[in-house]
Amino acid sequence: MIVEVNNLTKKFENLVAVDGINFSINEGEIFGLLGPNGAGKTTTLHMLATLIKPTDGNASVNGFDISKQSSKVRHSIGIVFQEPSSDDLLTGYENLKLHALMYGIPRDVALKRIDEVLELVDLTDRKNDQVKKYSGGMRRRLEIARGLLHEPKVLFLDEPTLGLDPQTREHIWTYVEKLVKEKKLTIIITTHYMDEADRLCDKIAIVDHGKIVVLDSPENLKKVLGGDIIRLRVENPNLDAVKKLNYVKQVDNLDGNISLTVSDANAHLQEILNLIGKVSSVEVHSPTLDDVFLHYTGREFREDDKQAEGGFWQRAMTMRARR
Amino acid sequence: MSELTGLYAIWEREFKIFLREKSRIITTIISPLMWLFIFGGGLGSSFSVGNFNYQLFLYPGVVVMSVLFSSIFYGSYVVWDKRLDFLKEVLVAPINRVTIFFGKVLGGVTDAVLQATIIMILAPLFGISFGLQFLLIYVFLFILIVGLVSIGLTIGSMMESPEGFGLIVSFVNFPLFFLSGALFPLNNLPEWLTVFTRLDPVTYGVDAIRSLMIGVSTFGLAFDFLVLIGFGLLMIGIGTFAFRRMKL
Ligand SMILES: Nc1ncnc2c1ncn2[C@@H]1O[C@H](COP(=O)(O)OP(=O)(O)OP(=O)(O)O)[C@@H](O)[C@H]1O
Ligand SMILES: [Mg+2]
Repeated sequence: MIVEVNNLTKKFENLVAVDGINFSINEGEIFGLLGPNGAGKTTTLHMLATLIKPTDGNASVNGFDISKQSSKVRHSIGIVFQEPSSDDLLTGYENLKLHALMYGIPRDVALKRIDEVLELVDLTDRKNDQVKKYSGGMRRRLEIARGLLHEPKVLFLDEPTLGLDPQTREHIWTYVEKLVKEKKLTIIITTHYMDEADRLCDKIAIVDHGKIVVLDSPENLKKVLGGDIIRLRVENPNLDAVKKLNYVKQVDNLDGNISLTVSDANAHLQEILNLIGKVSSVEVHSPTLDDVFLHYTGREFREDDKQAEGGFWQRAMTMRARR
Repeated sequence: MSELTGLYAIWEREFKIFLREKSRIITTIISPLMWLFIFGGGLGSSFSVGNFNYQLFLYPGVVVMSVLFSSIFYGSYVVWDKRLDFLKEVLVAPINRVTIFFGKVLGGVTDAVLQATIIMILAPLFGISFGLQFLLIYVFLFILIVGLVSIGLTIGSMMESPEGFGLIVSFVNFPLFFLSGALFPLNNLPEWLTVFTRLDPVTYGVDAIRSLMIGVSTFGLAFDFLVLIGFGLLMIGIGTFAFRRMKL
């Protein structure tokens, strides 16, 4: 187990940001922390990265205790923060050199590795531009490259694709997959995006209000629902009748947006439509992680998600105006 | 060893940014010049202090003023680093926070010393010339700046927003400046004011620099030196403590 977390807890004044979580990660795995705003994802990463001290519990990374051996932990990890964290007055190359110096990488090794990581994230031809001239996606890639420079065993990615366009997200996913394959890295990634977690992660912990609601592989999580999802919009739905049907596993109702978990939806759709009332729209799909989230928390995931969009950009813009 | 390269890394970054931000250099030079030419020239045409033309008397005070303002203002860059996650990138590196603090101090000292140098190059314009004692001037400026930069960094480490920093700093800068004797001689002041001027560490910096530049001193160089060393060490102590405790 390259990462082990026992009862890790963080309290801020009277708010419990992380509430006694437990998990462990095997070497070479991609582990996802999935949850809405304020779930405690970033706080968890910061504790594992020794940036803040846990209120209770403990954890080890690469065999080192995060409280007692913080320097060794720091050498073992790379981290890409949620907000932009490169100096935009320096060039991409200078940011990497600064990092290499801070991590005590010998000069000749550093120069070689800087070229390597720049190549990996396709930034070689822009390396001498100031970071303020980079796009959001380029900046993200630079920060991923920087996180890899000292060859960490574990890489933390805090919302690496937040606020980026779909094409750039796809790019970054490809890099992440390449890294795990080529460098045998272990990765912890936090995300708002269900499709991101689904595509990349070997294991996913869904977190809400500082607690892990459920932890499993994406396939198993979706299997738990045991069937297909039917989403309907209905005025005055007759839910009692539907609940009596033995092939209906779960019924969630959010203001007339009904979500049904049904084994073999195609065979039973007509009967459900007959029973439930005046249907204005209907959609059938195999379960996604959105459905899993709804299943476990009784809440729709995406509502919380909206405000987070563009956070990266806003920060990037304030940053440009500084000094 | 790696702490030393860490120290160098932090300093080098600050220095590169200083060189890249021409506006920062220019504004910190313009304002002392306005003091010298407008305030000094204006008052100098009707006042003199002892045997000295007022502008001449003011000159050492303005040199100290420029390092005072730029040293303390330097702390605001910590707040900017905090606003982004750049500070986290530095804090998560395997180097000691004390090293980070000293790297920043060196960065601030470099900025302020270079600015003071630019103003001192203009000394002949005001009829001041100094020979080898400019080395001593640098020694005193260095000690004073270390203390002042540490104040700036301490405030920066505690503030969340640049606005908050600016507010606190204006409450710190102006008493330090006006009580320092940069603008007027300290000999004939009312008693209550005398007490406050003696409590201001910058007073001893102005006294030393003035003594080295035009040969007038109230306390004597040895005493100035001891007070400034004490001030510098105390502020370094407070600064390292503040950096250790700095929250993200
Ligand atoms: N320094 C702090 N002081 C007080 N409260 C904090 C602090 N940092 C985080 N919190 C609170 O802790 C909770 C968890 O925050 P955290 O940043 O870990 O969430 P998150 O899951 O990363 O959310 P997001 O998706 O928005 O990044 C939130 O309610 C937040 O307001
Ligand atoms: Mg977060």
